[in-house]
Amino acid sequence: MTAVAIAPSAQPATEGSVKTKKLVIVDYSGELEKTWATMILASTAGAMEMETSVFVTFWGLQTFVKDKKRITGENWMQKMMSFMQRPGVSHRKLSKMNFMGMGPWMMFKLAKKYNVAKPKDLLEMAQAVGVQFIPCQMTMDLFGIKREDLIDGMGEPVGAATALQLMTEADSTLFI
Amino acid sequence: MSDLDIKVKVDASGLSCPLPILRAAQAMKSVQTGELVEIVATDPGSVKDFDAWARSTGNALVEQDASGGKFRFVLRHK
Repeated sequence: MTAVAIAPSAQPATEGSVKTKKLVIVDYSGELEKTWATMILASTAGAMEMETSVFVTFWGLQTFVKDKKRITGENWMQKMMSFMQRPGVSHRKLSKMNFMGMGPWMMFKLAKKYNVAKPKDLLEMAQAVGVQFIPCQMTMDLFGIKREDLIDGMGEPVGAATALQLMTEADSTLFI
Repeated sequence: MSDLDIKVKVDASGLSCPLPILRAAQAMKSVQTGELVEIVATDPGSVKDFDAWARSTGNALVEQDASGGKFRFVLRHK
């Protein structure tokens, strides 16, 4: 076997001497393709030893409700909202070409064929490398979502001020 | 190929972005300072990605080669 050596450009001279970078992702939309982007970037940032926080708000909070939880909320309006858009990371819809679930079904088929990790797997990997997922308190109140409705390992619910503080202290912020 | 003292070997062949990096980071957690981890991937994007990963984390990319559609990386834990 002939191997072609590629000169490593990351010089060992810089070994161990890097500053910890901070990344904040605002997970806002809750759509399948955007959830995928959030999970890919969050898990990779964690693997890159970046201090990574994902502020989970509005439609994005639906992604972090347990997959098996079907209905959330306390009053009929909140219950109706959760009934009409099934919560959970495995039940996200595409923003285009959803076709009553046909689109996501095909996306998952393709993902399996090309060994692309699903958002659910990436979420677990992100949590394993220390990425913090922080729910928005106001969204929880608005939709009547309780902490026990959310997946395990979520951070303390916070508000806009904490989110903004995280963003201003971060090296980069993404709104997805 | 060289005769490096590899502690952990990871086969990430066939896996798409970002899995080779995630597997590598996971393996790096299982070794001590100075120890080596070898990763084999087939994702062409991994060539630039491992460089970026090494620069970002401060772990050294000590060896890198390509043969027959496979990319091999050797990382040293910082």
